[in-house]
Amino acid sequence: MTAVRVLVGTKKGAFILTADGKRNDWQVSGPHFAGWEIYHVKGSPADPNRIFASQTLGWFGQIIQRSDDGGRTWHTPGSAPEELTDPATGFPRGESNKFVYDTSPETGRPLTTHQHYDGTQRPWEFKRVWHLEPSPTDPDLVYAGVEDAALFRSTDGGRTWQELAGLRGHESGPQWMPGAGGMCLHTIVLDRQDPERMFVAISAAGSFRTEDGGRTWRPINRGLKSQFIPDPEAQVGHCVHRIAMHPSRPNVLFMQKHWDVMRSDDGGDTWYEVSGDLPSDFGFPIDVHAHEPETIYVVPIKSDSEHYPPEGKLRVYRSRTGGHEWEPLTEGLPQRDCYVNVLRDAMAVDSLDPCGIYFGTTGGQVYASANGGDSWRPIVRDLPSVLSVEVQTLP
Amino acid sequence: MIRVVLPLHLRRLARVDGEITLVVDGPVTQRSVLDALEARYPMLRGTVRDHVTLKRRPLVRFFACREDLSHEPPDAPLPEAVASGAEPFLIVGAVAGG
Repeated sequence: MTAVRVLVGTKKGAFILTADGKRNDWQVSGPHFAGWEIYHVKGSPADPNRIFASQTLGWFGQIIQRSDDGGRTWHTPGSAPEELTDPATGFPRGESNKFVYDTSPETGRPLTTHQHYDGTQRPWEFKRVWHLEPSPTDPDLVYAGVEDAALFRSTDGGRTWQELAGLRGHESGPQWMPGAGGMCLHTIVLDRQDPERMFVAISAAGSFRTEDGGRTWRPINRGLKSQFIPDPEAQVGHCVHRIAMHPSRPNVLFMQKHWDVMRSDDGGDTWYEVSGDLPSDFGFPIDVHAHEPETIYVVPIKSDSEHYPPEGKLRVYRSRTGGHEWEPLTEGLPQRDCYVNVLRDAMAVDSLDPCGIYFGTTGGQVYASANGGDSWRPIVRDLPSVLSVEVQTLP
Repeated sequence: MIRVVLPLHLRRLARVDGEITLVVDGPVTQRSVLDALEARYPMLRGTVRDHVTLKRRPLVRFFACREDLSHEPPDAPLPEAVASGAEPFLIVGAVAGG
């Protein structure tokens, strides 16, 4: 019997929603880590019982949590009693929340500065983990996208983290500038056909690709146009909100940019707009149907000044043609007086047939569709503001 | 024994209820108390003070004997009442918000 586990990060804790493969009756557990901001919770495709969570709070900083039993119990990696002593140093490990920028001459770069709002240069300063991306094949390998923008990797199940400093060391690094939400690396897309190849997106620097496992990176922003920067077609400076890829087609990327829905057919070398007939091409999440690589989903938001749906109608838009032509999906979604937002990490798909689509709102609802988006229902209504939604399809 | 009171979120993180007690070798200072705390509860490393600089996180305060000790040097002796266990060392999340 298949089952679905929906992992929800909110501003005041994490919640786990479970149902069988019919996706009708849902059980809600939580809050886990009550009172903390949970930016992201994601399971390992290589071991579905292993789940990573990013837990953060202005007072006490960053915590990484890990479950090895499907979310029933949690611990900070490296602090279990049997792990307390590091034979090399005699000190406890407990360093799963230690994210230190790599300044070593051998592997890292000098600690450079980045552009700040006021035009000054500021040194990189770690604030929080926005996104955790577990390896599809190795349960101990997981990537973390952090603010201030950088990419970290753990090869020991989250016990310790090392920066892949070539990204931050790219020559454009000093030009990167925070978006309104901070200078965050929020998107990590792994190429399942080539473990050396991955994509990241940074607000507001743009998107980058590596083909050597993260040692070197190149900006992939040609074709993006952003009117809020002096040169709308600059190499970096674009506020990319989200990138999605179907695992079977690693050269086809879909992007929800600050404004514009974009598509690339060459692994990000060039992009073209596919916003088509959307009521607004501003938004945050974008995702791809599990079985139909040309079927994509976005949630149009009125504008960057008014972060709620146009006309107070919460509508997911679906394109079955890889963009350009879009249809509103409204059945079961509020079509009046709705002024929530859907954040960039708050949409996910399961791999059942028909494909399930899930998204969470800043109003605390998590909506699900068990039929590819044709109809929706709230599976939970009154959570804290939702920051992220991920789905595990369980055998 | 040094008595330490943690804020709710850190008690939950360390999986303790109420006050905790620590053995501190040598002079009882902010640094030695926090060293002992982090050795006993490694999941708290980085939550009270920065991993690398060991500076107090900005919204964390240290109180004892009705005094705010947050700005005392980390190697300054804590009050005798803390060192003797008569009074607890309080780690407090600063009040913030509306």
